[in-house]
Amino acid sequence: MNKIFETPLYPYRRAPEQDEERIMRHKVVVVGAGPIGLSAAIDLAQNDIPVLVIDDNDKVSFGSRAICFAKRPLEILDRLGAGDAMVEKGVEWELGRVFFGAREVYRFNLLPEAGHKRPAFINLQQYYFEEFLVRRLRELEAEGRPVEIRGKNKLAAIGAHEDHVTLEIDTPEGPYNIEAEWLIAADGAGSPTRRMMGLDFVGKVFEDNFLIADVIMQADFPTERWFWFDPPFNRGQSALLHKQPDNVWRIDFQLGWDIDREHELKPENIDRRLRAMLGENIRYELEWSSIYTFQCRRMERFRKGRVIFAGDSAHQVSPFGARGANSGLQDTDNLIWKLKLVIEGNAPESLLDSYDFERILAADENILNSTRSTDFITPKSEISRILRDAVLDLSARHEFARPLVNSGRLSVPAVYDGSPLNTADALDGPAISRPGAPCPDAPLGDGFLLDRLGDRFILLTIDAEAPDEIEEDGITVTRLSLSVRDDTTGALKRRYLADEPSAVYLIRPDQHVAARRPSWNENLFRAAIRRATGKE
Amino acid sequence: MPDTTDLILTPNLDNADDFYATLLAAHEGLSKEESDALHARLLLILANHIGDNKLLEQAIEAARKAG
Ligand SMILES: Cc1cc2nc3c(=O)[nH]c(=O)nc-3n(C[C@H](O)[C@H](O)[C@H](O)COP(=O)(O)OP(=O)(O)OC[C@H]3O[C@@H](n4cnc5c(N)ncnc54)[C@H](O)[C@@H]3O)c2cc1C
Repeated sequence: MNKIFETPLYPYRRAPEQDEERIMRHKVVVVGAGPIGLSAAIDLAQNDIPVLVIDDNDKVSFGSRAICFAKRPLEILDRLGAGDAMVEKGVEWELGRVFFGAREVYRFNLLPEAGHKRPAFINLQQYYFEEFLVRRLRELEAEGRPVEIRGKNKLAAIGAHEDHVTLEIDTPEGPYNIEAEWLIAADGAGSPTRRMMGLDFVGKVFEDNFLIADVIMQADFPTERWFWFDPPFNRGQSALLHKQPDNVWRIDFQLGWDIDREHELKPENIDRRLRAMLGENIRYELEWSSIYTFQCRRMERFRKGRVIFAGDSAHQVSPFGARGANSGLQDTDNLIWKLKLVIEGNAPESLLDSYDFERILAADENILNSTRSTDFITPKSEISRILRDAVLDLSARHEFARPLVNSGRLSVPAVYDGSPLNTADALDGPAISRPGAPCPDAPLGDGFLLDRLGDRFILLTIDAEAPDEIEEDGITVTRLSLSVRDDTTGALKRRYLADEPSAVYLIRPDQHVAARRPSWNENLFRAAIRRATGKE
Repeated sequence: MPDTTDLILTPNLDNADDFYATLLAAHEGLSKEESDALHARLLLILANHIGDNKLLEQAIEAARKAG
């Protein structure tokens, strides 16, 4: 087994509060040091908002979990200073192969669109992902940023008040109490915070089980994704083979509903399945095996006063389409700049209602997509199986049927259409950069556009005039001035202008577009800034 | 909605009897299972040819209501 599973990354240490009578009030407490809690903490620390992370564990997450990280989260990680580590370690794949029964029906090549810094996605074990985030957090701590992480600190009780939250924390040396002005609950799908506050978590349980085996093989399988529908070695079910770094392969066997878990998890039974799939003579070492079931559900609201839910605690999706961690990262990306403005008194608390609006919209989109994938992979009725099989049979011969094959749709960011923070679109520009959309990347000289955005409001001008800096009620907006003359690849024009000669974009700290017009107009942009910060 | 996206529900087949015979012939000798599969493939091919989701929704609705 990989030893990172066993290394305490933030071992328990006695905290000052444990020896004090007085109860200390923290600015922000994050419960949970999974991918989402760690990202939230890094973002806050980078913005100099004091943050304390507590986790009842002291290691990376155990076992087989996320492996597929999409482009938008990688871009967010760039903003958080952790993108390079992930992409360097991760593996990229472009070729996918689809099998139906004993035969290969087709292959596809996900040729990435040119002119983006980051690939469409990478495969990387979640334990590396978390390890790199902890490393980044430590780096910020060493720089003197206000961040602290406490292992073996388990949230045991919570009290929600109008302007603060009280927490009782269990440790190996007994409990202690603290208070928080704001609490971010990133404590996973089983969220104790959610449970203790008696909040709902409703949705659909899928009656299916999956056996996951992460195996280490010195095999020369190419770096591809193989997906089987109804293969001879797993009749009536599906299977997936996916490459991860360090010669680790993720193998996923659908098992169906009525199964004997203990029987399936016996090493000799896993071995039998693996050999039937990969050949009698394979040599491998089992890194991890587990059986999971899944659900698609979300909370009705992601915020309850001073407690804000993010990641799996707020929404849970099936793993098809890799939308769990990917969407959770976009939760914190959306949340932290808003929370910063509210904490610093530069925006009303109601700005946080837009977190609910925007991220619920995204959660619903993710649930819809992963439910559709599940319905294709596991047909629920005789007729849906007939249709599914017809699609697969046709896909071998006719290209038209291939887009109907659904073994998981790539996770793409939600566009916040209809968000209360958007100003009505006033540019006849491309739809991909309309208000609410995440800014598409584009090459800029030796670098990329997205590296020049983020963390603050930006006025992006393309062949248009505007002041270099404006301030509107505590919000400073800085100009980034570009011209199509420097746009050697044409990507900037394609993604931001279409046929318009010029444009001015107001871009939020999370790199989403708030407003756009063909040219500068002081009154209208001031109104757009107020709107984007919850003041109109 | 422009007329062009409207589903044709008046006679439109070049030769109705010929088409019907061809359709039956395609199913001849097939088991129920094979026929169901053929049926499904045919449906998907035709749907792709039509291509327009609005038309297809109207077709589904017309089929539902007639049963
Ligand atoms: C088989 C599988 C495959 C997946 N594949 C993908 C994929 O390819 N891509 C993708 O994006 N997602 C994938 N996911 C989903 C992904 O793993 C989750 O979405 C992600 O881990 C959610 O992160 P989180 O930080 O919200 O919660 P978690 O990772 O669950 O972290 C919660 C943290 O809270 C801590 N905690 C819990 N209770 C307390 C308490 N009382 N006090 C203090 N701390 C507490 C826990 O110790 C834990 O560290 C997959 C999941 C599974 C199971």
